[in-house]
Amino acid sequence: MKLQFGLMLASAALLFTTHTSAADITGAGATFPYPVYAKWADAYKKATGIRLNYQSIGSGGGIKQIKAKTVDFGASDKPLTVEELEKNGLTQFPTVIGGVVPVINVEGMQAGQIKLTGAVLANIFLGKIKRWNDPAITGLNGGVKLPDSNIAVVHRADGSGTTFLFTDYLSKVSPEWKEKIGADASVAWPIGTGGKGNEGVANFVKQIKNSIGYVEAAYVKQSKMNYVQLQNRDGAYVIPSEDSFKAAAINTQWSMTTGFYEILTNKPGQDSWPITGATFVLMHQSQENPAHALEVLKFFEWAYAHGDEMALALDYIPLPDDIVKLIEDAWRTRIKGKDGQAIYSAQ
Amino acid sequence: MRNNFLLAVITKISLARLQSDAAKTMPATHTAAKLNRQRLLDWVFLKAAWFFTALVFVLLAALLLSLLIGSWPAMQAFGFDFLFSTQWNPVTEKFGALVPIIGTLVTSLIALSIGVPVSFGIALFLTELSPPWLRRPLGTAIELLAGIPSIIYGMWGLFVFAPFFAKHIQPGMQSTLGEIAGIGFLFEGAVMGIGMLTAGIILAIMVIPFIASVIRDVFEVVPAMLKESAYALGATTWEVIWYVVLPYTKTGVVGGVMLGLGRALGETMAVTFVIGNAHQLHASLFMPGNSIASALANEFTEADGDLYTAALIELGLILFLITFVVLACSKILLLRLKKREGSLS
Repeated sequence: MKLQFGLMLASAALLFTTHTSAADITGAGATFPYPVYAKWADAYKKATGIRLNYQSIGSGGGIKQIKAKTVDFGASDKPLTVEELEKNGLTQFPTVIGGVVPVINVEGMQAGQIKLTGAVLANIFLGKIKRWNDPAITGLNGGVKLPDSNIAVVHRADGSGTTFLFTDYLSKVSPEWKEKIGADASVAWPIGTGGKGNEGVANFVKQIKNSIGYVEAAYVKQSKMNYVQLQNRDGAYVIPSEDSFKAAAINTQWSMTTGFYEILTNKPGQDSWPITGATFVLMHQSQENPAHALEVLKFFEWAYAHGDEMALALDYIPLPDDIVKLIEDAWRTRIKGKDGQAIYSAQ
Repeated sequence: MRNNFLLAVITKISLARLQSDAAKTMPATHTAAKLNRQRLLDWVFLKAAWFFTALVFVLLAALLLSLLIGSWPAMQAFGFDFLFSTQWNPVTEKFGALVPIIGTLVTSLIALSIGVPVSFGIALFLTELSPPWLRRPLGTAIELLAGIPSIIYGMWGLFVFAPFFAKHIQPGMQSTLGEIAGIGFLFEGAVMGIGMLTAGIILAIMVIPFIASVIRDVFEVVPAMLKESAYALGATTWEVIWYVVLPYTKTGVVGGVMLGLGRALGETMAVTFVIGNAHQLHASLFMPGNSIASALANEFTEADGDLYTAALIELGLILFLITFVVLACSKILLLRLKKREGSLS
């Protein structure tokens, strides 16, 4: 009896100490990058013994938590503007890129067979184009026989960075969308059915005939969904792929003076996929514990250097190297200890 | 060991009281001391019970208070319009609760209108009609249904029931019920398998085990003498149920129905899966809608902005009040039933 109790106490103590090791990093926020952060964290722990505890509570929650300083970094799919960053003494940098892809379930249609423009897509989600054989759609798809049936619109029911990118894109290509609906993590959808999470939307689209929805690129592959081709800003039709997402990131003028505030929708370039976006990490500019903050930055430095394969395996697009360089420059100039000394000083 | 500790504490706390009591009564004999100690234990027990009961009220008040405080910004911004506005726009931060309120009430109503008769039938079969060897396994099966986590119902609803419903039942409903003037509008629109009606049906399946097992339990306590007397007078099974069993058990039956309604009002995950989650008001039950609980589950994580959060908390407050009103109504109903009972006898 006594032995048992002693053992219990000892194991509890062990558990306790491993959980609160000083070097452990904590983060909270967006659900979109959670799989890749978890994968990186696992590999990083094997490489260095340092543990990352990331809670995917949503971007809104991540921003609240970092403002309250309960975590070492917050994560958000929606970048904060430079004013918001300065107001809260925060700095921000992107980690990985992802794409949002319109998917359809129309009988007889193959993946990528249907071409849409941004304006037509907006009108479908506004409920102005109601049928698949509307001249606005058939006009873009000469030779493809589209059914004479109603379009069932599916959107996200929960607030999401995916919705933010999608509605941001629609706002950029359709003045009417911008005026009536706008862009946010959740919006007042004029029509349609809401699915919970990407998997919810994917399921609804698969189940409801003649439907259209939008999901993260990873789900298109996993659920074998039929994506559409979209016309990008340069007028070219592109299919969603690693290359077209990357092209959007490369054709963006990233700048640390704006806190890397970039939404990669409707970017120029022949190959750019028009609904692309990065996910961001938020940290305080002034760190009370420089050694600990350095551990956080080291984690991301390691992830940028060694995490590309892992990200690609999970259908995220790693950042191009020159952008990573820019980010690491930003760390040097923006993240400081209480004494004003730069924390990060690697190459 | 624990007993000793408790005793030590108790004796310490009220040594004075013990002594004074002892002085008042008999000379301090052994029995008197024992009696006093028992009285003291009783006193401690009473106070402890009081404390635990008070804790419930404190928790309730604290919950209500924090909901009120949390929703204050939304109350200030929208006032009573919040209850009657169908708008739910996070971009412009204009919020109204009418769509989720109606969704919650309508889906619960559908659930009860399907669930109550079915549960009644189940309970009746189990207590009056079933062969005795079947009672136990059937009863256990129903209790097992009650133990299934709600998310399982949601997944089953989405993956299995909704496609089946859309393919085989909804078209049939449209061509029959949909043609009837007056109620036809309830079955209009595209058949998708998800929507208010599906949510109501899934909820019905979820509340049936609760209602059925409560009704069965109360049916079982009807004295055999009463039933046998009725049978002896030549009553049919139905007449025995209707004139003897039901009047005898109505309090319990209403209680069971209210338990089911409580579950239906607050159910979150299963409804979220199949209701369609659209903040739009449609007359048709085939169209997607939203309920308070699923709106909260969907939107809380990514709600940025104080007003958005406050509006969601106010939704929670409304759900709290709806549940409260429903419970209060059921209590009043029961009281009335009891009163009538008195005047009849």
